Amino acid sequence: MNSAVVVFPGINRERDMARALRLASGCEPAMVWHADTALPGGTDLVVVPGGFSYGDYLRCGAIAARAPIMDAVRAHAGRGGLVLGVCNGFQILCEAGLLPGVLMRNTAMKFICRDVYLRIERSDTPFTRGYNAGQVIRVPVAHGEGNYIADDATIARLEGEGRVLFRYADPGGALDPAWNVNGATNAIAGVLNEGGNVLGLMPHPENHVEAVLGPTDGRGLFAGLVDHFKQAA
Amino acid sequence: MKARVTVTLKSGILDPQGKAIEGALKSLGIAGVASVRQGKVFDIEIEGRDRKAAQAALEQAADKLLANSLIENYQVELK
Repeated sequence: MNSAVVVFPGINRERDMARALRLASGCEPAMVWHADTALPGGTDLVVVPGGFSYGDYLRCGAIAARAPIMDAVRAHAGRGGLVLGVCNGFQILCEAGLLPGVLMRNTAMKFICRDVYLRIERSDTPFTRGYNAGQVIRVPVAHGEGNYIADDATIARLEGEGRVLFRYADPGGALDPAWNVNGATNAIAGVLNEGGNVLGLMPHPENHVEAVLGPTDGRGLFAGLVDHFKQAA
Repeated sequence: MKARVTVTLKSGILDPQGKAIEGALKSLGIAGVASVRQGKVFDIEIEGRDRKAAQAALEQAADKLLANSLIENYQVELK
């Protein structure tokens, strides 16, 4: 799996992401600068990592979404190429119009940095094939703006088309407002685009991939992606 | 030419920052505050004197970057 990690000024999770990709795939990801206009040839997966691009000025992800490299990311997605956005990367993909909706300020008005439990809604996608539907995973979040909203028609469409892949849940997988840390609509933690090839999620699976740091529940996402490309080859 | 673009949240969009400010105003004892919504103001200098072109450029700026049309409205004022 050849992956490319897009780096914007103010991004700070790109090394964690690159490490998780390398551990899962055995391939060194390309680090692509925001001012570049092309992705490396043969890129299978583009990852927009977390952080605080442009200091979250204007709106989270708004300025990064208009960076030169984003035309190449859009073209990659348009060809059906896989794109993964995590945390600020999710915000950037929404601002770029690659995913519907917006990530608003957490309803509790606080930056939240803790582990959460996510229920995997489907396992038949390239991003979640490493998990079972209904499985609960523990991964960290670290964000101030993760409260996913969209208009009612969009939410109905996302739900109807099975495009919600991750929801905040309790450790047993039940939906409970107390475990929906940021107040997201329908406890949505991660959504797919219409084509099923662009995923955005607020939590950080890349930070739970090594036993030395605790849980390894994030591995399934990366292992699933590697399997997806192996099978496609 | 001086211009101002004002960006406000659409009605129905939850505004936790506005709510927090509203709470703070109430705790200051400022009378009669019913509700607060927070927005953004951009003061922009436009080159030249063509008002029609300036209006078009400002609307483009608001559509493309200053406002997110999913959650925000904007208003352009040329002075």
